[in-house]
Amino acid sequence: MLELDKLVKIIGDGIDAGISALGLGPAWVVLVQLIVAAAVVLIFASLVVLFLVWWERKVSARFQMRLGPMRVGWQGTIQTIADALKLLQKELITPANVDRGIYFWAPVVTFVAALAVYVTIPFGKGLIVRDLNIGILYILSITTFTVIGLLMAGWSSNNKYALLGGFRSAAQVVSYEVPMALAVVGVIMLTQTLSMGEIVAQQQKFYQWYIWRQPLGFLIYLVAATAECNRTPFDLPEADSELVAGFVTEYSGMKFAMFFLAEFLNMFTVAAVATTLFFGGWNGPVLPSWAWFMIKTLLGVFVLMWFRWTYPRLRVDQLMSFAWKFLLPLAFINIVLTGLGIYIFKS
Amino acid sequence: MVSDFAAVAVFLGLGVGFVLITFLLAKLISPSAPNPIKQSTYECGESPFGPAWIQFNVRFYIFALIFVVFDVETVFLFPWAIAYQSLGLFAFVEMLVFIAILIFGLAYAWRKGVLKWY
Repeated sequence: MLELDKLVKIIGDGIDAGISALGLGPAWVVLVQLIVAAAVVLIFASLVVLFLVWWERKVSARFQMRLGPMRVGWQGTIQTIADALKLLQKELITPANVDRGIYFWAPVVTFVAALAVYVTIPFGKGLIVRDLNIGILYILSITTFTVIGLLMAGWSSNNKYALLGGFRSAAQVVSYEVPMALAVVGVIMLTQTLSMGEIVAQQQKFYQWYIWRQPLGFLIYLVAATAECNRTPFDLPEADSELVAGFVTEYSGMKFAMFFLAEFLNMFTVAAVATTLFFGGWNGPVLPSWAWFMIKTLLGVFVLMWFRWTYPRLRVDQLMSFAWKFLLPLAFINIVLTGLGIYIFKS
Repeated sequence: MVSDFAAVAVFLGLGVGFVLITFLLAKLISPSAPNPIKQSTYECGESPFGPAWIQFNVRFYIFALIFVVFDVETVFLFPWAIAYQSLGLFAFVEMLVFIAILIFGLAYAWRKGVLKWY
């Protein structure tokens, strides 16, 4: 079929041959292959964010009975590029009393944390940069790094609202991290492996998808992941009518764009992880594997966007109570039930 | 194995490089006309009142503390989960006891009113 793994192999062998012809050792070959792979993933991530921003605007518009961007390109598809070019030209206003070093590095940390996850996301058959043997644990750890970026942004801005927004964002992300990790533990009990490639390989048939065996785990993961992305109904820290713009109040131009990019990348990551863990990853008949992956992940992102225009926003105390008093006990119950289920089923 | 983490290092390096290049590009293209009013702290149009680094409310600290406890517990749960199917009932009960101890901690915090956000 139109599988891309042969193309990947050809490019990899090409690099191998090229670097060996230059007389450099195998370590250099691996390095160049990794750089090329990282560049491809970066370009892919940029294109995905471009698409998602346009899609978010169209989907939001349709949910609100209006049309969304229509003028710039067919159905407004070039709108995002136009906006990116505009943001590029905006003045980078750095307020007078910010903590310059931290202020500069906060968007970098947030974006790099959002990007570094893509080392081990299985985009298709043979299309995974490195199938790390600690796959899903690595992903959970790296997504927690965004908290550092948030706190850096909030603190360095020298603005009460940004600081409060940063604290609240961090408290929210950190509170929902635990139920999300516990929901993943439920799946890991079934898969017996942390490696993303192997988890996908175990779900080749439709009835083998882990969603059937972990419905509660999936629901907990979905809710916790929505909160992780700071999306409505959990978007109090960055809602426009609340603390101005939350932790990004004092950021303008391209620096703001980096936070924005990181947010959309996180949405895609969360949907991609849900696809891999619960919906069989890139498995599926007829279509090539990467097409199935994209379809399932984009459906997941659509559900996240759907939530935004369906549910009202939760208050900050409701948010925190929900995480600690409801989701966390539920996640533990899920683990206990899964454990019991496996034990009964095995014996 | 080394190449696994070389992959991560390359991604981190490329990510940082991409952001820095974009910032450089933005700096070259964008205008720069700072004036004191533009650079003042944003406080919904008013002049800023008081220092920005307000007192840190203790409830953030408490939530962070509880998060650390449960995150370490999650780290302990991962190897157990991976090996779960080859261990017996004993492992399950033992982990149940571990989780129960931590849930008692959560219940204590709950009763003490510490999980309330005013």
